[in-house]
This record gives sequence, structure tokens and C-alpha cells, in this order.
Amino acid sequence: MTARSAACPNCGATIEFRWSSAVQTVCPYCKAVLVRRDLDLEKVGMVSDLPPTSSPIQLGTEGRWQQDGFVVVGRIVYRYDRGGWNEWYLRTMRGGDAWLSDAQGDIGISTRATKAVALPAANDLKVGQSYAIDDTRFRVASLTRARYAGVEGELPFTTWDRDESLFADLDADGSGDTLRFATIDYSDESPVAYVGTYVELDQLAPKNLRRIEGW
Amino acid sequence: MSAPAVASLTCPQCGSAIELRTLDQALSVVCASCGSILDARDPNLHVLQEFKARQKFTPQIPLGTRGTLKGEKWEVVGYQVRGATIDGATYYWEEYLLFNPYKGFRYLTQYDGHWNDVQVLKAAPDETMSGGRPVVTLHGETFKHFQTATAETYFVLGEFPWQVRVGDRATASDFVAPPRMLSKEKTDEETTWSLGTYTPAAQIWSAFGLPGEPPHARGVYANQPDEFVSRAGSMAKRYLLFVAVIAAIVFIRLVTASRETVFATNAQFFRPGAPADSLAFVTPSFTLRGRTTDLEVTTEAQVDNGWAYFEYALVNEQTGTTYEFGREVSYYYGRDEDGNWSEGSRRDHALLPSVPAGQYFLRVAPEAQVPTPFLEYRIVVRRDVPTYTPYLIALALLALPPILVGLRAWGMESARWKESDYSSSGGDDDDDDE
Repeated sequence: MTARSAACPNCGATIEFRWSSAVQTVCPYCKAVLVRRDLDLEKVGMVSDLPPTSSPIQLGTEGRWQQDGFVVVGRIVYRYDRGGWNEWYLRTMRGGDAWLSDAQGDIGISTRATKAVALPAANDLKVGQSYAIDDTRFRVASLTRARYAGVEGELPFTTWDRDESLFADLDADGSGDTLRFATIDYSDESPVAYVGTYVELDQLAPKNLRRIEGW
Repeated sequence: MSAPAVASLTCPQCGSAIELRTLDQALSVVCASCGSILDARDPNLHVLQEFKARQKFTPQIPLGTRGTLKGEKWEVVGYQVRGATIDGATYYWEEYLLFNPYKGFRYLTQYDGHWNDVQVLKAAPDETMSGGRPVVTLHGETFKHFQTATAETYFVLGEFPWQVRVGDRATASDFVAPPRMLSKEKTDEETTWSLGTYTPAAQIWSAFGLPGEPPHARGVYANQPDEFVSRAGSMAKRYLLFVAVIAAIVFIRLVTASRETVFATNAQFFRPGAPADSLAFVTPSFTLRGRTTDLEVTTEAQVDNGWAYFEYALVNEQTGTTYEFGREVSYYYGRDEDGNWSEGSRRDHALLPSVPAGQYFLRVAPEAQVPTPFLEYRIVVRRDVPTYTPYLIALALLALPPILVGLRAWGMESARWKESDYSSSGGDDDDDDE
């Protein structure tokens, strides 16, 4: 699984991988969702056009965060009854990964929590409760039931069409480090925690941002 | 290739064209023609709320206006008028939603000509109590609770990243640390904190290229910066410096003044009853040497329960320059039920501020009313005599600006808090009841 390019089984276009280990990608031409099977790509579905976005991030946007360079390789668009947000999948130069979330212009970068902690079951979650994740206390600020509104680019998993799942947004508990946040994702059988920091776009020294007419 | 910045839609209610500037960020958009609030995320734009505002408002910054505020480019994409009803009166304010795809959202608020530049905080600051009042700390700065009221949405235009509706209500609490203000808005669903910075209207006008002059701000706003307090402080410090400088000058004068006697008469006598003209005389001439300085003329008359009046003219023999002045010496004394009393003095000092060097004489015309047949008097003229009066006047005048600015600062603080939940008219008892 190291080939940098492959042909789309749906339309024949050549697909260049930004991340050689991607397990799933979306053909940028025909929007076929393609899953890697050894050297070949298998079409597992189609995505409809993504809604026009005002996000300045796009596939191929590069930047730096915590002394490591990154490139945006994939995106999941989430939607819920009162809003939506983008989760951009980042691969870093040192071989790590991270998610850059982009909601109403608020940008946060998070990585999977490194320390295993007992996370609350979805049914036990309540706004206001606090939990220690990676040695920081976080307080549940909101619970959101969201679904995929679309995917693009390369992703580390083959799930591309998902039912509604639960997300818990957590703020850093107490004063001080108020730009820290955490998310618990209940999409899979066992919840997964991510810990992150809100940033200003400029702090990431971004390159290859999307050019938006008139701005 | 650059991505389009707007999407064009059609209002399902009236068919008018609608431009969406924040694209996927918009959750609701208001049709500018019919005022319907539409679900921006629904491809069919279903109507969330038909036009039901009781009153139409016109934004001072038209929607779609772009400007550069504090170095960043922003476009006005949404506008709402909200209000709070306190003691039966509704106070309205405007909120402008600004957007930049690279920066996100920002707000401007306007009340009675006072503007704030507002950013939503990503996490809640710490709420505590201090001196019986709620306070909030953010980045080490303490914000004092100012007011809590129910804010209701009265009118909307443009697009919003939330589902806006006329009639939306939130409990809004303001905490101030001028020129900043922290605002907490609480609804059943969520609590949002935002940080506002008082921004002069002229700055908004130039940022968005608005025509004319901004309307005059009325009253003192909750987080209006307290220029007078800091100015009064720095002026008071400067005043202390003045005092020190003047004290030093006075000290140097006291040490260096020559107090040279340039002329003195012996004891003179005159008969008070004689005609005034016959009493007039001129002194021998005397010389003033050195720099131009003050000249003190001391008149000492041995009046007892009477007065003497001396009309003087100091004449420069070379130039003819004449300094005319009159001095009165009076002294009364006696005894009554309270004991001995006296009034006046037998000695009088007259000071001519700046007299140049030269040859001078004095013309003296004395006049008196005393119970004695003769009056004894003496005249002494000294140059370069130190005096405090001009310095005291200078200190008093220099004290005026800091005092006036201090009064304004005090007035501004009381005007600010008069509008709060802690106004003195409400009294402390009212606060406890809340």
C-alpha cells in the first residue's frame, strides 16, 4: 500500500495520493468513494456534491503546528439540526495525524488522547460533568448528535456513510488554559477521546489556503 | 481559480433574490424583501418564521458593507435589533454580524451612539463573588457585574450562523472592566460568553467608510473608557512636580534676594489738617543698580485710631517713566466687653513688580485723619525683595485642571454606575432583594 497513484475504477481518472497509507479516498472527478484493496481501488459508493463552503481550508492546505509540518489530506462534513462543521484530516511530516475542526470560523486542532481513561458511556453523559483526559480536567459543554453530510479526500478508515452519532464537546475546566478543548466521539462501539487547542488560522502559518473571490 | 464567495438563492415566500455570504456557515437568512426568516441549510429554504417584527429598523452600516477594522477586513452579513425592558421602558441596541472567511465571525454592538467590538469566547471564564457582587476573571483581569436583563430580539436582517427568530430571548449579564466588557448570554440550550472592547464611533465610521459624522454618543456607557480617571491621576502627578519646581524657585529666591535698601527717610512729621497740596514733596534722588527687579516701598506711620493716605509717584529721572500708586495706613484699637481689640497696621508694604535700573525720586502727597496734631512717618525703599504671591497664584491656577478633571472622572463613574443594577437610587436594599 505505498503506491502514490492509482486509477479510479469508476471513471478511469488518475488519483494522486497525498498520503500513501490512506485506506479510503474520494475521486475528485466523479465523487466515487474508493477503498484500497491491496494495489487496486474498489468503489464502495458515491458522495453527492458537498455544499459550497466558506472555509479557507482545502485539501492540500499545508501548515505548521507544534514544530511539525502538516498537510490536509481529507475532510468529513458533519451536520446536525442547529449547524454543522468540517473535520479536516491532517497527516504530519513526522508521520502522525491530527484533526482540524472548523466550525463558524473557530479552528481547533486535536489529536487522539494518549492515555487510556475510562470514558463515560453515551447514556451517562451530562452537560456540566467533568472528566480528566490526558491529565487535564474537562467539563462537558454540549452534546451534539451529528451525521456525515459528505466526505472528500483521504481518510484513515473506510467508513464513509454513517448514521447519526453522538459527540461530546468539552471545555477546559476552570480558568487558565481556556483554549484547550476535548471531544468524545461515540461513533464506534467504544468512545474515543480527542484533546486539542483552539488556534487562530495565522498561528498555523498556512499555505495553499483556498482563495475566495473578493477576499 | 478562486472559489465563489456568495451563493444566490430565491426566497420561497416572495421570489426575491437572496445572496448568501457565509455559505455553509449560515443557518438562517432573512429575505430582504419580505422579511421572512428562512432555513439557510434547507435547499428549499423553508420558512422558519414569517415577518413579524413590530417595527422596521435600518442598519447604520448597510449589509454587504466591507471595511477594515483594527487591521482586519470584515463584511457586514447580519443585523439584529435587540432590546431589554427595565422598569417598563424598552432600551434597544443594534448588533452587526461581521464575517471574514479567513477569520470567522465578529460582532459590533451599538447603543445610544456607543460602539463595542465583540468576539465570542471559546470557553467560559471564572465567575466568583467579590464584595457581595458577582465578578468574572479573564486573563487576570477582574470584571465587575454591571447589569442582568432579558434581551429580546426585535428585528433581524441578513444571515446568521444560528437559527435566529424575532422574539428570541436570552438572559444577558454584563461585567465591566473599561474599556472591556464580558457578556454572558444564557438560553435553555447554551451559555455564550463574549468579550467586547469599547470602540469610538469615529473609528467605526472610518473603518466602513460611512458618510457624514457618527451620531453623538449619549451618556456614559458601561465599559466606556475612563480617560478622566487616568488623566486626573497623571495631572495630579504633574502638579506635584510643579509644586516641587516652584518650591525650589521660591527657596532660591529666599536665599539669593538682595533686599538692598536704596532709599530711606528719617522720621518725618506733618500736620494732618494742612491743605493737601502744601504737604506734597519730592525725595532726593536715589539710584537703582543691577537687573530689573521688584521694588518695595514701606510706609510706616504712627497712626492712633486714624488713617493716613500716601499718594506716591516713583519717577525715573532719565526717562520720565512714572509709577503712581496710593497706600493707606490705618490703625484702630480699644477695649470692649470682649477685651482689647485692634484693627489694621501701622506699616504698609507696596510692591512694584519690575522696575529697571536708573535714577529715581519719589513724589509723596500725604493726607491723614488722626486725633493727634502731628503724624510721624517713615518711608523705606528696598529693591529685590522676595515675594510669594505670584507663586501662590500660579500654584492655585495650576491646581485647577487636575481638580476639574478629577471632578469629571468622579462624575463619569457615578454616571456609569447609575445605569447599572447597583445605582445609588436603587439602594443596597434593592440589590439584596434580587
